[in-house]
Amino acid sequence: MKILTGNDLKSGAVIWWTGVGWSLDVNDSADVADGGAAIIAREEGVQNVFAAYVVDGVKDETGVRPGHIKERIRALGPTVRLDLTLKPSDPQAVNWVI
Amino acid sequence: MYKYDEYDQQMVDTRVAEFRDQVRRRISGELTEDQFKPLRLQNGLYLQLHAYMLRVAVPYGTLNSVQMRLLGDIADKYDRGYGHFTTRQNIQYNWIKLDETPDILAELATVEMHAIQTSGNCIRNISSDQFAGAAADEVIDPRPYAEMLRQWSSFHPEFLVLPRKFKICVIASEKDRAAMRLHDIGIKMIRNDAGEIGAQFYAGGGMGRTPMIAPMIRDFVPLDQLITFAEACLRVYNRYGRRDNKYKARIKILVHELGRDEYVRQVEEEFAHLLTQPIEPPMAELERIMAHFANPAFETGAADDLDLSDPDFRLWVERNTTAHKQAGYIIATISLKPVGGIPGDATADQIRLMADLGRDYSFDELRVTHSQNIVLPHVKKADLYTVWKALDEAGIGTANIDTVGDIIACPGLDYCSLANARSIPLAQKISQRFGSAEKQAEIGELKLKISGCINACGHHHAGHIGILGVDKKGVENYQLSFGGSEGADTSLAKITGPGFDEDGVVDAVEKATQVYLANKQGEERFLDTYRRIGMDPFKEAIYG
Amino acid sequence: MVEVQFRFRDDEAVNDAAVTVDAFVAEDFAQTNATAVRIEPGDDARALLPQLDRLALIEVNFPAWTDGRGYSSARLLREAGYTGEMRAVGDVVIDMLGHLQRCGFDAFAPDKALNPDDAKNAFARWDNVYQATVVDGRQAIWAKRHPA
Repeated sequence: MKILTGNDLKSGAVIWWTGVGWSLDVNDSADVADGGAAIIAREEGVQNVFAAYVVDGVKDETGVRPGHIKERIRALGPTVRLDLTLKPSDPQAVNWVI
Repeated sequence: MYKYDEYDQQMVDTRVAEFRDQVRRRISGELTEDQFKPLRLQNGLYLQLHAYMLRVAVPYGTLNSVQMRLLGDIADKYDRGYGHFTTRQNIQYNWIKLDETPDILAELATVEMHAIQTSGNCIRNISSDQFAGAAADEVIDPRPYAEMLRQWSSFHPEFLVLPRKFKICVIASEKDRAAMRLHDIGIKMIRNDAGEIGAQFYAGGGMGRTPMIAPMIRDFVPLDQLITFAEACLRVYNRYGRRDNKYKARIKILVHELGRDEYVRQVEEEFAHLLTQPIEPPMAELERIMAHFANPAFETGAADDLDLSDPDFRLWVERNTTAHKQAGYIIATISLKPVGGIPGDATADQIRLMADLGRDYSFDELRVTHSQNIVLPHVKKADLYTVWKALDEAGIGTANIDTVGDIIACPGLDYCSLANARSIPLAQKISQRFGSAEKQAEIGELKLKISGCINACGHHHAGHIGILGVDKKGVENYQLSFGGSEGADTSLAKITGPGFDEDGVVDAVEKATQVYLANKQGEERFLDTYRRIGMDPFKEAIYG
Repeated sequence: MVEVQFRFRDDEAVNDAAVTVDAFVAEDFAQTNATAVRIEPGDDARALLPQLDRLALIEVNFPAWTDGRGYSSARLLREAGYTGEMRAVGDVVIDMLGHLQRCGFDAFAPDKALNPDDAKNAFARWDNVYQATVVDGRQAIWAKRHPA
């Protein structure tokens, strides 16, 4: 699947396109297929997001996993400070990244 | 140390107002991200993997306790309770919000700090010897010259949009502790045969994807022509530096492509012209600045001996202290490299503790080193045990400066949007593998440096052992190299061969240290043995 | 023709058609009798020095404001004594107006007109400056600290 990500203008937080809005959780990502460019143009135009781009991802029963390690680290947080990630109490979270 | 006058204060206050206005225009949509990006970068604000990152300047690595304390408070108030000290003697915060940035800058301005030109294609924060003003071996304190250059380079209207970033370093001792020749311009303050102080200029050094050691371009620039000469160097670079390819835009490429002699000819021509322009501050200005860097009120006759009966303290003294120019005093380096820790990171509490120790025991001064550690430059020997005790209780009493545990590592793929591989987990694994004091003592001085991409922020080219993280079809891979150095004997590390995965490179480093120990003669360091016996025995052990 | 949005000169507006640097210097400056020239980022402005007196208008083009070669071009021509109009054209942005002025520009013709209030703020932003560029006629902070 193709998923769409960028950053929130004021907070800088990594956000993912859900089909109707933006979420901090990569698992909420919608498949944008080849519609990414149009969504980016619209959403950047109204300052809902910036530095947005489309990446590959795979969806299974556990959620959405971006194809590249860099996007997985963006989705989770720094692997060396799990306390600051979106899964602070999951010691296995790093394995999802690698 | 330097103290702002009303002009300096007005400059940083004006910058805060300017940036506040730029942020307002960005949030209102008046500025697009493409338009805003170069502006925010000139103010040290990046977009990294997880959020905005703000890099705060620590001019020539020197700061007082009030400044250091505020750095800790900012970490608590605007970030997530910690900061990261960088290889350019600055500090950066990883979780910054755009709309809060003007307020952070306003707070910094209250203690004479800022984020001016800590990024972007302009003259960056001037770096210097972390032991300046304290080292027993210096010709003169290099910081007044660095401060002159700081003021000259701040908002210099001709040089705000250079081909690429521009890093200047000023040192003043034979032993180079600041990697001077790996800067765009390196300046070494020297005394000539007539006894006069002047500046020796080097140009075109750098790391990154094309590492180069800067050649000397002038052996002596008189003090009353220092700014004019620097201006000539920059103008020639601005005129000819490549703009068609950002990877070839640094001055090192220009000096390399023109040749050192042709670059020198052009600089001298421009210099001769600029000498006709009244652009050089008077010597009275240099003297004004120098007065700020007068020696602190050292106690004469302070006891020069140390009680080393506590073995842990003894080890720390051996590893982490350096001779001071004043009898009875010592330079103490605080390691921000605890075993298994994140190189260069310090919590807000640790930052404030270091601030207090600087205030109480080091004449209100602290330094940031390019190795991502903190220095208390003027500690009375009689106070040293008290200082170490306090550090040790706070988890920053590690005795490992310049050993294999004192790893330089860039933030890598855990934080950085340019990185190809993670640096920090590798640094953690290596520091754990070599964590015992016995092992570190046996191996001695070994500078290990890790970069998570070819931009080389982790200085891997200059590591006795250097490691470069690369992306091999979506998997982290690490290239190993040996023989780099950033000292007076600057050399660039050579790659060993095919790369490794994370565990593989830790094993390879261990094998390399075994080869060293088996071949070491006398007092040789790892680097010396490598230089004597060459790459082959290491290769054989690692790949054999 | 892009309009000059800001001009800090008392003399009559100059609207001579600008030729390229190559055309101006061709045939030992004899090919054209133009009194206006347009400098592109890759041009060496020093080529104009022998016939600087002939010029009433120098346009310095900024195809992208992030290419700063035009700053050096303008300043060195001023250093050589050029007193005619020095006009910044192209991608001229608010935040660089004051710095352009300090390098000797006295006219500004942005591709896209700038917000006049923001521009006014930008020109007035810096009460003091750390360097003497000389060509802006401003006294550097160090000179104020040590009055002669």
